[in-house]
Amino acid sequence: MELDKIVEKDLKMGSANQEIFAKTLESLAATDKSIIVVTSDSRGSGKLVPFGQKFPEQIVEVGIAEQNLVGVAAGLASAGKKSFAISPACFLTARALEQIKNDVAYSDNPVKLVGISAGVSYGALGTTHHSLHDFAVLRAINNMIIVAPADNFETEQAVLLAAKLEQPIYLRFGKKPMPFLSEENQEFEFGKGRIIRKGNNLTIIANGETVYPAWQAAKALEEKHGVSAKVISMHTIKPLDTALLDELAAEGKPIITVEEQMVNGGLGEACASYLFQKGARNRFHIIGIPDEYTVTGSQGEIFNHYGISRDGILAQAETLLK
Amino acid sequence: MTDKELKLKSVFLRKNLLKYIYKAKAGHTGGSLSCVDILNVLYNRVLNVDPSNFKNPNRDRYIQSKGHCVEALFVTLSDRGFFPESDLETLCQYQSHYIGHPTKKVNGVEQNTGALGHGLPICVGEAIAAKLDKKEHRIFTLLGDGELPEGSNWEAFLSASHYKLDNLYAILDNNKQQITGSNQEVMNTDSLRDKLEAFGWSVREVDGHNLADLDEALNNGPFEAGKPNFIIAHTIKGKGISYMERVLKWHHGVPSPEQYDLALSELDATEALI
Ligand SMILES: Cc1ncc(C[n+]2csc(CCOP(=O)(O)OP(=O)(O)O)c2C)c(N)n1
Ligand SMILES: [Mg+2]
Repeated sequence: MELDKIVEKDLKMGSANQEIFAKTLESLAATDKSIIVVTSDSRGSGKLVPFGQKFPEQIVEVGIAEQNLVGVAAGLASAGKKSFAISPACFLTARALEQIKNDVAYSDNPVKLVGISAGVSYGALGTTHHSLHDFAVLRAINNMIIVAPADNFETEQAVLLAAKLEQPIYLRFGKKPMPFLSEENQEFEFGKGRIIRKGNNLTIIANGETVYPAWQAAKALEEKHGVSAKVISMHTIKPLDTALLDELAAEGKPIITVEEQMVNGGLGEACASYLFQKGARNRFHIIGIPDEYTVTGSQGEIFNHYGISRDGILAQAETLLK
Repeated sequence: MTDKELKLKSVFLRKNLLKYIYKAKAGHTGGSLSCVDILNVLYNRVLNVDPSNFKNPNRDRYIQSKGHCVEALFVTLSDRGFFPESDLETLCQYQSHYIGHPTKKVNGVEQNTGALGHGLPICVGEAIAAKLDKKEHRIFTLLGDGELPEGSNWEAFLSASHYKLDNLYAILDNNKQQITGSNQEVMNTDSLRDKLEAFGWSVREVDGHNLADLDEALNNGPFEAGKPNFIIAHTIKGKGISYMERVLKWHHGVPSPEQYDLALSELDATEALI
């Protein structure tokens, strides 16, 4: 299979996913005048300054007022606009949660919610600026697709698909440049996990910016122990790719999940809930941010501290394979 | 502290906040420079707080709603003896309590802020509690002008006048700018004074870089019995460093070595004139 080649070559570096989001939206907005971006003093962080300059009629600024941001985006969507509400993930999904629940999801207004600088991207700015709850709270809301793309390819595809979607969606992006993780596998569909590296001794399921360390850990497992680990980018947390999980259950090999999220209610628990209710017997471990005051530091330091890293995942894999 | 010493203190605090932003390679420079005179007056002329007994229930409260300007707060607190200045060497480092927003892990910090629009409602709660307990202490908050559109502020404006919280002082760092542009471009709050008065507040306007004006306003409340106090402090974002004043990118810009040296020499010149 083509996929096996990926191991051999070094990864090509790309841009930050949120930059690709902005560029993709810009290209769509040039021909689709129904696209309206809504910002809350967030266009700079969202890389949307050029968008605002090119398409001043297609950007609505509400000031620092995230509840208003989501409410306005819901109204625009209700009136037939393709509205994208952009704000740091922490404020968007906490401050405006009731607007998301009632005005977007429950009222079925197909707003595209875009959480930028997600997870612990803001590092030393601390907990007020981290979004470690967004998977959990949005998973608990009906009628919401939740997507955290791993690389620039997935990001571009997700934005293109979201623009056509008639249903509420949450897209979650980080601000660190990401390598292209799988150039051979050029398929992308919401709700279908992407196998970005084949393997049969162990599976690592990750999403967003944690797919890269998962990939690095798989490579290290191969080099160090001759163990082949499958890496899955589970970019869509809801709806979850249960068919793929069924395959993993049938294989019965250990599974590690990795996420830039508190472990309570995130990707790992979503997978575990499905698998074990289905009677799966796989050994299973969730890597994420534990339920404690998050250690302070940069995103990289926080990742290392909690083992959301090549070495952390490798160590966990070694334990599960014992 | 004499008036002259207070003025010198403002220069010292500016130098210090730039020093630690420069070292940490991160920080909210423009907004820290615009509010540092207010903090200087608060901590050296207004607030009844004791660094060695910070938790005294009778202390005045200061909750910084515009938490991103934590550097101005940290240098003011360390200068007042709440913690050794050397602690700030760890600003924004792994496992340090000195992060990019106020946290209660630091002696002297009342509340964990950083998400805008949270300070005022907490102050309303503190002010109601003080009234219930028949206590004399006052409650202060510092708001950013870009922060005003958060709905929670307007909810709290209503509550504060409803509960006649004349022990509450909201100070607006009115530097007229935020991240994307001017308040006027992003979201105007025109006729702010009228709006606030219509919400039942007593409003005064001061030059937010004039220490004597700030001192006078902040020490002479309540402005009207039974009404919460609002101080519109007219300020300049980046105040004190010529190339930073009113320049948007300094919202969270970090000076280069050359820019840092230039900033210090400008502050030396200011100091020499005092
Ligand atoms: C709820 C919330 N939304 C967005 C932000 C991101 N943010 C940090 S500072 C800032 C601009 C603040 O402008 P202003 O209140 O005028 O502050 P100042 O000019 O005094 O720095 C923004 C949007 C935040 N910290 N909290
Ligand atoms: Mg401002």
